[in-house]
Amino acid sequence: MQKERTPLLRKPSVQTLLASLVCILLGLLIGYIALLIINPAGAGQAIIAIVKNFWTYSKPATQIKNLGMTLVKTAPLLMCSLSVLFAYKVGLFNIGAAGQYVAGAGACIYCAIGLGWGWLPCMIASILAGALVGSISGILKAYRNVNEVISCIMLNWITLYLVNTLLANVKEPTSNYTYVISRHLVMVDGTATTVANPGAIMPSLGLENLFNNNKYVGLALPLAVLLAIAVWVLLNKTRLGYELRATGLNKNAAKYCGMQDRKNIVLTMAIAGGLAGIGAAMLYLTGLQQWSVTQSSVPSMGFNGIAAAFLGGLNPIGTIFSSLFIQHITDGGSFLDMRVYSAEISDFISSLIIYLCGFVLFFKTTLNKSLDRREEKAIRMAKGGKAS
Amino acid sequence: MILLIQYMLVFTSVLMLVALGGCFSEHSGVINIGLEGIMVFGALGGALMMKYLPAGTAGWLVFVVCVLAAMFMGILYSLLLAVAAIDFKADQTLVGTAMNLLGTAAATVIVKALNTAENPNNPSSTIQYIAAKKNFLIVNGYEFNWFMPLALILLILSYIILYKTRFGLRLMACGEHPQAADSVGINVRKMRYAGVMISGLLGGLGGLVYITAGVSEWKFENGVAGFGFLALAVMIFGGWKPTKIALAALLFGLFRSLSNVYTGFPLLNNLNLPSTVYNMLPYIISLIVLIFFSANSAAPKAEGIPYDKGSR
Repeated sequence: MQKERTPLLRKPSVQTLLASLVCILLGLLIGYIALLIINPAGAGQAIIAIVKNFWTYSKPATQIKNLGMTLVKTAPLLMCSLSVLFAYKVGLFNIGAAGQYVAGAGACIYCAIGLGWGWLPCMIASILAGALVGSISGILKAYRNVNEVISCIMLNWITLYLVNTLLANVKEPTSNYTYVISRHLVMVDGTATTVANPGAIMPSLGLENLFNNNKYVGLALPLAVLLAIAVWVLLNKTRLGYELRATGLNKNAAKYCGMQDRKNIVLTMAIAGGLAGIGAAMLYLTGLQQWSVTQSSVPSMGFNGIAAAFLGGLNPIGTIFSSLFIQHITDGGSFLDMRVYSAEISDFISSLIIYLCGFVLFFKTTLNKSLDRREEKAIRMAKGGKAS
Repeated sequence: MILLIQYMLVFTSVLMLVALGGCFSEHSGVINIGLEGIMVFGALGGALMMKYLPAGTAGWLVFVVCVLAAMFMGILYSLLLAVAAIDFKADQTLVGTAMNLLGTAAATVIVKALNTAENPNNPSSTIQYIAAKKNFLIVNGYEFNWFMPLALILLILSYIILYKTRFGLRLMACGEHPQAADSVGINVRKMRYAGVMISGLLGGLGGLVYITAGVSEWKFENGVAGFGFLALAVMIFGGWKPTKIALAALLFGLFRSLSNVYTGFPLLNNLNLPSTVYNMLPYIISLIVLIFFSANSAAPKAEGIPYDKGSR
């Protein structure tokens, strides 16, 4: 039997890539139009600044250092997008990645500063905290038929307030921020002092030297990429992954085949939550940021994860690149002239990209239809050619 | 006590309006997760109107114009959902989520652009409307405003439209069994557009009511703090029925207003709970409510499924 070669445009992976590129281009175009409306004079420069991000700097040394900065924030974003992706493959929309991320942040910061733990136990605490929040949504979905989108949103806010309350115990007395992660808060004779706890910072593995001594680059990056590959293997090459995807495609059919659909839903949300939780550990255990205990909105990392997951064509390997892109333009927003444009234009563009991802299905069916038509035409032409 | 009732009625109006909006959309067969974004845009329309209306405008005119602006912006923004979900058969959850993110981001960009254009040293996302807001109050000094009677009228109207008119019954048919509705000559596409646009109208108005509840400036970076989702919980708790939605909104309004006024009650104050508990309360209550009322839900049967004529 002769195996037929599929034309390039027919391949699902090529179509997905094409659709994502169209989404990016349209998103940037609409963003550019918005900039034009705000102030036509600098719009061209501004959109280039967003796309260039660290390449705006002229010195290669500064460029590479800032590339490192973008990569440091790409790792947690990748984990959030994997969290969204994993749940989506099982038919669940995990908008709660943001809250699970917050839970993870609360756990690792408290364990490091409040309890003086090392980075590995802190990271495990983050995973467990994220998984706990995720599994609540899972249990509610599986056993009480509560729409996971709504329960996730409620949990996002509840988690944010809880974490703010928890971390208020380890905040600097003079500011709203927690202590830096490498300090351990202890009571000596009834007064609070801090001692050094350098073990809470993730090891750099020598990666900092690659990025012009950017001390924040380290273990997180290779770990995130490895986890992306692990998620791909889990979903596509294991029995559990097959069961989970079957549950997502048709819950009743999976149940009929003897799969435990309820258990699978809870497990999925726990894994998704764990992924988002470890993402927070990857950011906060570098010591790059301190948590503000008065923040009144959920960090955008989890929501950007939705953008990255869909832009990556819901493929774990694809999300590595889409996360990098989303973080790249988010950081690029900070290069804008603040007196004219706001940095939120990057959020605007990434949310536009999510919106446009809704049209991917339509894009693919239209593409396939037009390919069908062209093939039919070619066949008719070929037949017609023979007849004459 | 009077303070509690004031805030309770304000928040009840907001939740009721937005939940009724969700009710129309879902009865036509489209899940509207994007209510939050619609609220932000409605709020933006109203706030900009309050900011730019000349100072001497008559009070009633300010009210009417602001309400119309909020409704118009809400409808305009809801078209994003209508086009994607009805004509392009997009995933409604995905599009709704995108609309929520887009709503806050776009509103922030717009307000910041306006603020910096006015004064380059003011890159904030806050709009102030102290003077204009006074026109909405029924009695000066209290938070009772004209939105409350308006919300009541809209509630009665919604009930009549849904259950007593040909339009409403046809709308609900499209959410239950669009194939059957189509077979008797109802234009499902038009009906679904109408459902989503009504939800835009009510959601946009709800957004305006929300940002004038007890405050006279709004920072658009914060969006509407999950109120659109609380309204969805109210809608589910109310079993997709206007009268029950009103009662559910009253309950949620009570819990939401506690975080604003609990310091005024000696009993609650003596409990010495941290203020975050009161902040969390509405979200926790709605989770509990969902646990008990989702199991045998009365959701419209065809909601969330794009209508495909071929599958009749």
